[in-house]
Amino acid sequence: MTATGVIAIAVVVFVILLCAWPLGRYIFRTFAGERTWVDPAVRPIEHVLFRLIGVNPDVDMDWKAYLRAMMAANLIMALFAYGVFRLQNFLPLNPAHIPAMPPYLAFNTAASFITNTNWQNYAGEQSLSYLGQMIGITFLQFTSAATGLVAAMAFLRGMSRQKTNSLGNFWVDLVKAHTRLLMPLALIFAILLMALGVPETLSGPAVVHTLAGSMQTIARGPVATLEAIKQLGTNGGGFFNANSAHPFEDPNVWTCILEIMAMGLIPMALVFTAGHFLHSRRIAIVLCTLLSAILLIGAYVVYAYEAGGNPILTHALGIHGPNMEGKEVRFGLPLTSLFVASTTAFTTGAVNAMHDSLMPVSGMVPLLFMMFNLIFGGKGVGLLNILMFLIISVFISGLMVGRTPEIFGKKIEAREVKLATAAMLVHPFVILVPTAIAMALPSARASMTNPGLHGFSEVLYAFTSAAANNGSAFAGLNGNTPFYNIALGLVMLFGRYVSIIAMLAIAGALAAKARIPETSGTLKVDTFAFGYVFVAVFIIVGALTFFPYLALGPIGEQLQLT
Amino acid sequence: MARSGMFERALLLRACADSFAKMDPRVLVRNPVMFVVEIGMVVTLALTVDPRLFGSSVHPGGVGNARLYDLVVTLILLITILFGNFAEALAEGRGKAQAEALRRTKTELMAVVQRGDEYQEIPASALRKGDVVKVVAGELIPADGDVIEGVGSVDESAITGESAPVIRGAGGDFSSVTGGTKLLSDELIIRVSANPGETFLDRMISLVEGASRQKTPNEIALSVLLAGLTLIFLIVIDCLPPIARALGAHMDVATLVALLVCLIPTTIGALLSAIGIAGMDRVIRFNVIAKSGKAVEAAGDVNTLILDKTGTITIGNRMAAAFLPVQGQTNHTLAESAALCSLFDETPEGRSVVELAQSVGVTFRREEYSNTRNVEFSADTRMSGLDLTNGTRLRKGAADAVKRYVIEQGGDIPRDLDEIVERVAKEGGTPLVVVQNTEIQGVIYLKDIVKPGIRERFKELREMGIRTVMCTGDNPLTAATIAREAGVDEFVAEAKPEDKMRLIRREQEQGRLVAMSGDGTNDAPALAQADVGLAMQSGTQAAKEAANMVDLDSDPTKLIEIVSIGKQLLITRGAITTFSIANDVAKYFAIIPAMFTSFIPALGVLNVMHLSSPKSAILSALIFNAIIIPLLIPLAMRGVKYRPTSAMSLLMRNLVLYGLGGVLAPFVGIKIIDMILSVCGMA
Repeated sequence: MTATGVIAIAVVVFVILLCAWPLGRYIFRTFAGERTWVDPAVRPIEHVLFRLIGVNPDVDMDWKAYLRAMMAANLIMALFAYGVFRLQNFLPLNPAHIPAMPPYLAFNTAASFITNTNWQNYAGEQSLSYLGQMIGITFLQFTSAATGLVAAMAFLRGMSRQKTNSLGNFWVDLVKAHTRLLMPLALIFAILLMALGVPETLSGPAVVHTLAGSMQTIARGPVATLEAIKQLGTNGGGFFNANSAHPFEDPNVWTCILEIMAMGLIPMALVFTAGHFLHSRRIAIVLCTLLSAILLIGAYVVYAYEAGGNPILTHALGIHGPNMEGKEVRFGLPLTSLFVASTTAFTTGAVNAMHDSLMPVSGMVPLLFMMFNLIFGGKGVGLLNILMFLIISVFISGLMVGRTPEIFGKKIEAREVKLATAAMLVHPFVILVPTAIAMALPSARASMTNPGLHGFSEVLYAFTSAAANNGSAFAGLNGNTPFYNIALGLVMLFGRYVSIIAMLAIAGALAAKARIPETSGTLKVDTFAFGYVFVAVFIIVGALTFFPYLALGPIGEQLQLT
Repeated sequence: MARSGMFERALLLRACADSFAKMDPRVLVRNPVMFVVEIGMVVTLALTVDPRLFGSSVHPGGVGNARLYDLVVTLILLITILFGNFAEALAEGRGKAQAEALRRTKTELMAVVQRGDEYQEIPASALRKGDVVKVVAGELIPADGDVIEGVGSVDESAITGESAPVIRGAGGDFSSVTGGTKLLSDELIIRVSANPGETFLDRMISLVEGASRQKTPNEIALSVLLAGLTLIFLIVIDCLPPIARALGAHMDVATLVALLVCLIPTTIGALLSAIGIAGMDRVIRFNVIAKSGKAVEAAGDVNTLILDKTGTITIGNRMAAAFLPVQGQTNHTLAESAALCSLFDETPEGRSVVELAQSVGVTFRREEYSNTRNVEFSADTRMSGLDLTNGTRLRKGAADAVKRYVIEQGGDIPRDLDEIVERVAKEGGTPLVVVQNTEIQGVIYLKDIVKPGIRERFKELREMGIRTVMCTGDNPLTAATIAREAGVDEFVAEAKPEDKMRLIRREQEQGRLVAMSGDGTNDAPALAQADVGLAMQSGTQAAKEAANMVDLDSDPTKLIEIVSIGKQLLITRGAITTFSIANDVAKYFAIIPAMFTSFIPALGVLNVMHLSSPKSAILSALIFNAIIIPLLIPLAMRGVKYRPTSAMSLLMRNLVLYGLGGVLAPFVGIKIIDMILSVCGMA
């Protein structure tokens, strides 16, 4: 570890926070229906779109209607993507003549992209046509990010409104998320990436004669546009199998920094958005400070353990120096470490180094971040998880001030606790049960490329990544088997929708309640004192749930090394 | 209600017996956390019988050892469940004992009931709502009802514990009588207002017994969370064996059960219902009958207290504070006239005038004026006074009444009278004008006396975030002065019963919870509308019906204490929950290394407590988990100490105590148990 490295990591995080601050306000104004400076440009387009899909933008929906619209839209989009993957050999824009995707894999891929997970049991450049990449993958990368985002907006509306059942209009929110946020930002990022050397073309693979005289086929395509939304939408599914480690996806240090920023920008901004909705700038500051601190600690742990090198190599072979296995030299250790921490904190899932090759404790950091699933978290859903654990924390500690617990003036009663508990329960459930099944099935065990504890870490990582809708992989596991395609696909679907449904139901309940005025007898959620409680609760509940498994996986492995 | 040591011992014995009865799975299933422990116990019991039951690979020579270990785990689990049951039984036992005492007063009575034109004697249990009964002095009143004829003094000590008799009579706010109380004098005709089984006494018995106890909303929410946590840990433990087997490690089933029981929140699971029952019990011991636990819980949430001025904020009677002579009169002559015209005035106001006069050196003896004629206050004249034998007429009364009286007799009104009267009113006092024949001598300044200590109470309430609103029939000037003196946050002057209702609605509209106390029939709608309504035992039947609590001591100030009890109940629940969850950290550090070190020896470094052996570590954690329950029973029963202060300082204090304490305590406790076990050679 060097001082420069440590400072560089902190500076990047700080810059993201700085950019997120105004963006959070902009997102608030957009979804609170206030005027923004983009109105004149996008309003006419939106009106045409609303007319086209037959939506009256003035109609408000209650939580059930909102949820129905969201689930219907998601189902149709998932089926559409599945169809495209299955039929791509008959469809245009397939210069490399890639065959249709097999059914299990197509299910897994559709589930993966509709849930914003972007787990890839295939190599993009070999298994998908350009059309598949564009209207299957890139399309869902936009809409899945937007879905999570609008779910969070609906929840915040529920918390900030009172005595109403309306949470807004799903179709209006979905359109606005695209026209006013994701598309403009993606355009800017795509252009920046192109300027920094990322290719963007519809021509087929380049065929070149190498110096050695042989022929080489170099895959390429519309990379920059996919890359932009892949990072911005916390998607993570790369154009190439090597993801952001591939020189066409992430050619240099500057694109690397840009990609890290793109991952963190909207999740962090949403915390500020929440602050605006809840009329509490302090809650945004408290959450951003504490969560950024945890993100930094994670990045530093990775950095420290990677810089420390592999003790086996040191002892057996006398090789000193950092652990560079699976890393790209052009990024260096600090940026790689921050990328590892960020891609799991923001549940993006893009990788610029192979997580399988990290030292066990460094590998545990992304694992833990996905188990928490709320270190800012994915687009919208991360914020929903934060709010869910805030509700649980308020309920546990709120009792200790001698009142029925309340959060921002809304009472937390049996219904909310029931739903929040369900949302909290589903995460360990969809991680541990399939992991246990996979470990019990000899056929599933055969997918592990490493024996013993490390192999177990691979399986645990896969299901954790799927449940957290992250999509990054401990690349060692061969996931393209019927078992893993189906199991991971289901885990992704449950991991995403159960908590969204529960949270929207809570939003509906909260919206109907009257706001209780704050007094000195009220527990103040937006203070650092309560912030520490929140952190303690999610660490105790989150981490202790997985402690035995971490002990069998990365902790045991690291201890065996030294 | 003092309890002797013998009484407590009987309670303990009975609770012990009850803890075994509560082992019945049909009873225990209502408590999911403890039910899981019971299932775990059955599993380890089966293992004790056959250690190889679940295909566990026990060495042939190790069967005896394994059996012993399984047996010890089974026994600790049994004790854990018993401790939990004991806590609940103990909390219930207190109520049961009280209920029995109450039942003894409910012996079979005979009632003289009106049938047609004549009275006939029937058993009290045959009385129905609407029956009319006659009770004579010395008899027990057979049922709850309203007096429709007669006035008499009633001994209500069976219900209230207060031995001084109270007056009950037809009409007005003192017409309600309670079955089981004793009529001491005269004769009453009473209309029965409750069917057998629904009387106040019946309700009270079922309440203290906990028979009609339903889980409060907050308790339900907490139970859901605890069940959720239990489910999570159930998944965590159930998923371990297949994974461990795949990795080549063997998991001992008894150890897995032990880990599960350590992790699920047994501490709060075992104490949760005891906390609720004890909370209700605290209210009852405070001589308040809450009709539901929900009301007690709601009391903790109250944002606004609506209090009547008279009797709650002020001591109920006005006291003479000063003599203010008009121009041309001296203080002394005014004091003389005032004292003389109040000489036979038995009202507290009248007595205070005499006392004030004494303090300025004016004293009269009643014997010397035995021939005078005392003129009592009447609503007609709105004056009272004394006619002396020499023909002098002394009167005191409201300013306008006295003025009319003087003008009618052709007297003059001193020019500065209005000014004095207005000044007194502005300062919040009540002016009483004193007149001798036709000559107005001055004004007695009657002052409302704010109860000592009430200002401090309101300050505490403010710190707790509770607003106080004073309701009074006084004019705005008077009301403002008292409000300032008492330190209430808001006041409503010239309040009519509808105003109170409007006030409650307004507060509730803004999302606040409102508590109020009342006794009159016209308070009933407001008592019903308020989230917490406290009726006085001395009040009317209608008020008692409408309220969700009844104070047997008829002390409206108790509302403040009830708020504290409600808060204490919630705090105790939260504190023990936090403690219970925080405990898991240390238990993990005890059990995980013990479970895995045979397989991954390197995990031994996680044994930060340096426990002597894996078995001892597991047993120590399990024993700690069990004995923490009885150790916390006193806390659960007594409630966490509550000091009125702001929410955030309360949170910090309790977090340090129960959160941080909950993380640290088991590290120490488990280490000590481990040391004892190894000394005993059991490890």
